Parts: sequence; structure tokens; C-alpha cells
Amino acid sequence: MKRAARLVAWLCALAGAAPLLAAVIHPSPPRPADSGDPRQSGTHFMSAATQAMQQDDRQNPAMLWVAGGETLWQTAAGKASRSCMSCHGDAKTAMRGVAARYPAYDSKAGKVITLAQRIELCRQGAQQAPPLAPESDDLLSLEAYVGMQSRGMPLAPPQDEQTRAAAERGRLRWQQRIGQLNLSCAQCHDDHWGGKLASAVIPQAHANAYPIYRLEWQSLGSLQRRLRNCMNGVRAEAPPYGAMELVELEAWLALRARGMPLETPGVRP
Amino acid sequence: MAARRDLSNPLPRRGLAAALTTLLLSTATAATDGIPDPLPGTAPGDVERGRAIVANRQLGLCLLCHSGPIPEEPFQGNLAPDLTGAGERSTAAQLRLRIVDPGRINPATIMPAYYKTEGLSHVAPQYRGKTILTAQQVEDVVAYLQTLRT
Ligand code: HEC
Ligand code: HEC
Ligand code: HEC
Repeated sequence: MKRAARLVAWLCALAGAAPLLAAVIHPSPPRPADSGDPRQSGTHFMSAATQAMQQDDRQNPAMLWVAGGETLWQTAAGKASRSCMSCHGDAKTAMRGVAARYPAYDSKAGKVITLAQRIELCRQGAQQAPPLAPESDDLLSLEAYVGMQSRGMPLAPPQDEQTRAAAERGRLRWQQRIGQLNLSCAQCHDDHWGGKLASAVIPQAHANAYPIYRLEWQSLGSLQRRLRNCMNGVRAEAPPYGAMELVELEAWLALRARGMPLETPGVRP
Repeated sequence: MAARRDLSNPLPRRGLAAALTTLLLSTATAATDGIPDPLPGTAPGDVERGRAIVANRQLGLCLLCHSGPIPEEPFQGNLAPDLTGAGERSTAAQLRLRIVDPGRINPATIMPAYYKTEGLSHVAPQYRGKTILTAQQVEDVVAYLQTLRT
């Protein structure tokens, strides 16, 4: 399906998806003043207008992808001609809390995988469907739809040895200076959050709203796209989508944000 | 990923500029906190060119972190001191060292080294072995900074 055609299809789906839009306005995440927790979601660093766009599902452009994901969830695909729903049932119950637990060690894959990779395993394995390209609308839609089912739930990264070890390797990467500009993630996001890098306010970089609709991209994008942006910014080599380096950074970010409520799908400037 | 180095053991990459910098710094910083002589092969710094480099977000990148007396650039950072008065606070030699390799003054600094290629890790291919500014651009920036007075 052409992109424009699909958008129209989604708009229609969205119009028909009344239950999806029932509780459209959801409150801001708690501020540190309320909770004593120094961590602040990226939402906190945005303008009031962008915050409002995220908090109102009728204004949040990412809801187009969520609606598309709902359609895909119900659509048979691949040689197996099965839908996600035919195995998992209603996503609202089956997928509740799932996104809050990724990345996670997968014993069959023998490694720590992201939610996007988990979805791909079902696509290619269970549905026998061809792989979805990284950052494709279909993959982002499924990820956003699955993510949405955990909205408001605290991030709960698994505590098993493998997932913790991946997060620890991610933490080391986080602290390593990289690129021609020789900056680490931590130097900006731990040491200088709240400061201004030209016109951009540096957030704490909590990964609790992904995938996000980024106004600069005019599209939905994954956490890995965001991480690669920061790597490009410091003129570092950005690993390809799905690379272990990025998965490990995701695992670290999940641990770093554990307990913070998931806000998927987020909006960012 | 092929050829990605062990994070705990980044191999230094050496280029001509890097070797030169090492040479310069080992002689210059041993006794002083600056690089007294202009970088080899450069003409005297040009103030106007220096200002243009500092104002340019893709080239100098200075205003990502610093503010300064460049009113036509509205979005200036606040991660570093305002550059106004830089020419009073420091000598040309001190400014030159600060641009070439600020890590020599403050190892924990976030300010990048503008004329150094060694000791970096995971540099994107298109920037590998290249300094952020050329020797002449460093001299131009130093010339401009010297004019900044309160
Ligand atoms: C030079 C400063 C700088 C460095 C270094 C840096 N970032 Fe960022 N990062 C930013 C800024 C600024 C933003 C917000 C951009 C915007 O809003 O347009 C951001 C955004 C993010 C976000 C999105 C947060 C949210 O609320 O959605 C994540 C995640 C992130 N960075 C991770 C990283 C990682 C991982 C690294 C290291 C590989 C890194 N950053 C390195 C400046 C930096
Ligand atoms: C033929 C059955 C089948 C189909 C079709 C299927 N899945 Fe799955 N899915 C499973 C099974 C079985 C598991 C448990 C994974 C395991 O342990 O191997 C699973 C696990 C998952 C998980 C991880 C759940 C958790 O708690 O960690 C997600 C997310 C998921 N599937 C999404 C999808 C999506 C999205 C689709 C459609 C694109 C889909 N699945 C299609 C059988 C299926
Ligand atoms: C990523 C951030 C960053 C960038 C980019 C940057 N600086 Fe800095 N600079 C700093 C910080 C922070 C300091 C304060 C001292 C320290 O921490 O090392 C500093 C200090 C200085 C000083 C000494 C303090 C003073 O004002 O007297 C000068 C001069 C200076 N920078 C000039 C520049 C110029 C010129 C450029 C661009 C060619 C530049 N800086 C780019 C972060 C930056």
C-alpha cells in the first residue's frame, strides 16, 4: 500500500476507533516536587504546546500509527496467514505491560532483544511473513500499538542475569566519549540536562515514550533512530538498526528509567 | 559489528595533525599554559573570518554551547561561559591552546579539541583522521577571540 493511501486508511480507522479515543486526555507524569524523584520525563522539557499535543490523543499525530497498528494486529499476514490477534487475542489484555519489560533476554534467540525485534520474531517466525524494514510504518505502527497497551505502567526491565549484563554494557557505552566531538551521552544527559545546546533543551534522555512522533522528522521514529541522531550529532559512527550496541544502550536506558510511567506514544520537538 | 574496537581499550588513531599536535603540546605545555607560536604553516589570523567561524553552527559549533556578542545568531547555548571578554581573560597563547586541545586545561571538559585527531573513539568515517578546524581556521578564531573585550 502506498504511504498516502495507508494514511487515509488509518485516518478512517481512527475515525472508527471510538474506544481508542475514549479517554483522550491523560495527566502529565508526576514532577519531582511531588515524588522526590530527580528523574524527569522528556515531556517535562518540552514547550506547553508540544506537551498538550502529546497529552491529547486527538492532537497526537502518533495516534495515526497506533490506529494503523491496531489494524495490522487484526490482519492475517504471511504464509501462515495468521494475525497477531489469532494467537494473542485482544492486545488490550495480552499486550498489557509487555512494552514496559523490553529489552529482555529471549532464550530462543539466545540474546537480549528489543520490542521491535520481538515483534519481528513473531512476524517472520509465527506468521512466516517477510521482514519489516527498520523504521517502516508497519513496524513502527505495531510497536506503537503494543506500546500503547502499557501506557501509564512503570518501566519494569527484567532482572535476569543476561538482561542486567546487557544493561551494564550499555551503561559503559553511555559513559564513553565518542566521535570527533569527543562527548559521552552522560556528559550531556547526566551532567548538563536542563541546559541549552543552541536552542534545544537537553533532556535527561529517558526512553519512556517511544516510539515518538518527532516534529523535526514529521514522522514516527524509534528509540534507536533517536540514539543514532545523538551519535551523528557528536560525529560518531552510528551502528546500524538492531546492532547490539544500540540494544545494550536501550537496556541501560530502561534500567535507568525503571519505575517511570510509560508515555508511549510520545511527541518530541 | 565488524571492526568495532573494545570499548575499554580504544586504540588511538594517529594522523599528521595529531602527530603535530602532540609535538606542539609536549613542548608548549610543559612550561606554560598556552601555545605561544602560531600553528605551523599558517598566515596571521583573520578577525572577520574568525568571527564567521565562531558564528557558524556547522563549522565552529561554538554557539551550541557558548553565548557571545554575535546578535544575528539568536539561538545560543548556555553550557559554557559567554565569550565576551575572552580576549581580556586570556592571552593569544592561552586561547590557542584552549581551541587546539582544551582537555589539556581541564581533562573533564565538554569542549571539543578543534585541532587534534588522536585519542578519539568511534569517529564517523567521514571525519576520521580530520581535525574539526584547520590550522588556519584555529588562527582565525584566536585572532577574533582576542578582539573580544568588555
Ligand atoms: C552534545 C549533547 C548530547 C550528547 C553528547 C548526546 N545527546 Fe542525546 N540529546 C541531546 C539533545 C539536545 C536532545 C533533545 C533534542 C531535541 O529535543 O530536539 C537529546 C535527546 C536524547 C534522547 C531523547 C529523550 C526523550 O525525552 O525523548 C535520548 C534517548 C538520547 N538523547 C540519548 C542519547 C545517547 C544514548 C547518547 C550517546 C550515544 C546521547 N544522547 C548523546 C543532546 C545530546
Ligand atoms: C502463531 C502464533 C503467533 C502469531 C501469529 C504471533 N505471535 Fe507473538 N508470540 C507468540 C508466542 C508463542 C509468543 C511467546 C514467545 C516465546 O516464548 O517464544 C509470542 C510473543 C510475543 C511478544 C512478547 C510477549 C512478552 O510477554 O514478552 C510480543 C510483543 C508479540 N508476540 C507480538 C506479536 C505481534 C505484534 C504479532 C503480529 C505481527 C504476533 N506476535 C504474532 C505467538 C504468535
Ligand atoms: C560542547 C561545548 C563547547 C563547544 C562546542 C565549545 N566550547 Fe568553549 N568552552 C566550553 C566550556 C564548558 C568551557 C568552560 C571551561 C571548561 O569547562 O573547559 C569553555 C571555555 C572556553 C574558553 C575559555 C573561557 C573564556 O571564555 O575565557 C574559550 C575562549 C572558548 N571556550 C572558546 C570556544 C570557541 C571559540 C569555540 C568554537 C570554536 C568553543 N569554545 C566551542 C564548552 C564548549
